[in-house]
Amino acid sequence: MGMTMTQKILAAAAALPEVRAGQLIEADLDLVLGNDITSPVAIHEMDKFTTEGIFHKDKIALVMDHFAPNKDIKSAQHCKCVREFACRHDITNYFDVGEMGIEHALLPEKGLTVAGDVIIGADSHTCTYGALGAFSTGVGSTDMAAGMATGKAWFKVPSAIKFNIVGKPSKWVSGKDVILHIIGMIGVDGALYKSMEFTGEGICNLSMDDRFTIANMAIEAGGKNGIFPVDETAIAYMKEHSARKYKIYEADEDAEYDEEYTIDLSTLKPTVAFPHLPENTRTIDEAGDVAIDQVVIGSCTNGRLDDLRIAAEVLKGKKVAKGIRCIVIPATQRIYLEAMEEGLLRVFIEAGAIVSTPTCGPCLGGYMGILAEGERCVSTTNRNFVGRMGHVESEVYLASPAVAAASAITGKISAPVE
Amino acid sequence: MKASGTVFKYGDNVDTDVIIPARYLNSSDPKELALHCMEDIDKEFVNQVKSGDLIVADKNFGCGSSREHAPIAIKAAGVSCVIAETFARIFYRNAINIGLPIIECPEAAKGIEAGDQVEVDFDSGIITNKTKGTTYQGQAFPEFMQRIIKSEGLINYINQKQ
Repeated sequence: MGMTMTQKILAAAAALPEVRAGQLIEADLDLVLGNDITSPVAIHEMDKFTTEGIFHKDKIALVMDHFAPNKDIKSAQHCKCVREFACRHDITNYFDVGEMGIEHALLPEKGLTVAGDVIIGADSHTCTYGALGAFSTGVGSTDMAAGMATGKAWFKVPSAIKFNIVGKPSKWVSGKDVILHIIGMIGVDGALYKSMEFTGEGICNLSMDDRFTIANMAIEAGGKNGIFPVDETAIAYMKEHSARKYKIYEADEDAEYDEEYTIDLSTLKPTVAFPHLPENTRTIDEAGDVAIDQVVIGSCTNGRLDDLRIAAEVLKGKKVAKGIRCIVIPATQRIYLEAMEEGLLRVFIEAGAIVSTPTCGPCLGGYMGILAEGERCVSTTNRNFVGRMGHVESEVYLASPAVAAASAITGKISAPVE
Repeated sequence: MKASGTVFKYGDNVDTDVIIPARYLNSSDPKELALHCMEDIDKEFVNQVKSGDLIVADKNFGCGSSREHAPIAIKAAGVSCVIAETFARIFYRNAINIGLPIIECPEAAKGIEAGDQVEVDFDSGIITNKTKGTTYQGQAFPEFMQRIIKSEGLINYINQKQ
């Protein structure tokens, strides 16, 4: 019996000829990631170890992105704790204010994640790097600590769901609509413990940024990882960003899948997830009249250059509706600079939006756009749980950059128009 | 090893944002996190929970963020065991790694109600609802897992093994 793409990567990392779903393995890690919220807990756990040291100073990435630039004294203490740890262990890939960006946009951009890698991160959206053909999954702080100390992690080999992608998306349909459609279809636990393996001729119609968005939200369906085959688009991205050697794995022809779905991109419409679960999806024509107070365009899901280009295309020459706060957050310094050079930042500012330094801030209700009681936000982020962006009585509607920008102009959930 | 106490009951998809809202994640102190445990889903939880009490929930408990602060807050609040129909995978790993006992048992998740007195025997996996006089067979805790729990987490367990 054949193996899925994920199973092949895990078998290689465990130095086994083959693995099967359900098998427990110990795998070598290519990268261990943490941020300013999860790393302090991991560092505290590491202090308990009777053995000293880290497994590899180049294979740990620490990114200060959630509550940085520090939002308050306690957050500053957390960043200080991580900064001192990075310094003490001479960690190469420590990214602080000035160099940092939102971790899941930053690491591929810095060339730290390539096809064939096995990556764990103490952040649930670590599954993003599957877009490049890596196995990457979110873990907690204790697993991160054990990973930093030993360079290994144990895994239960996942079974998989296959998504056969066909067709070409229409003008305003992007990766966000694809993944929201899928989560709406299978539910927030539809891929629990499983790999989501994307395949099919339609993948060539998805940009690298679209694929990052799709893999990023695999966790919102409960998935262990989301993964794409490595094609010319992925190879071109890795060659541009990384000097590291990548390794291409392909699923066997006779690999077994728990379920198979076909997604025809040409039939998809812009899609919105209503409160309070990412599975509560409606296509834009079924959204009804929903007045909003705020729009957020950014995050590890949708803060990349393509996302900002689409938002700017919608906002160009238009104004954000009176009374609506529109917050645009480029995900990394490089994206920020490129957006500036392309004139996108001017479009946002002239439209009446604000442009922030990279941070996860509002996505998880940290800062930079917290909602008051009863307020509603259309956001390009990834979660719309109760209280996620602020008050327990506030509401988050998840959507693409195109829908978010269009909604900022009208003050209600809206479809972009030509 | 046994857990015994009063049950707090919740539904499907209890996410880690309601278990411990991100606005409190500027702290990693278990005692401080425990003060806000379940705040956005059940404001009375922290006032009512007593040491040894249990949480019982339906599908996909602990979905969302990978924050280990979620099982840490539950454990520090005094909860002795979480029973659910299913758990989100990162929460499942995290709970074991910090030594919070959790059991997947759909029948128990369905049959047990808020306020019931429940006892869990980790050796046999038997869940007894003392209020209703019913029992359920959950998965027994393997010895290594009981030792992780007794050691108060994976790291201490690894240290003790060395």
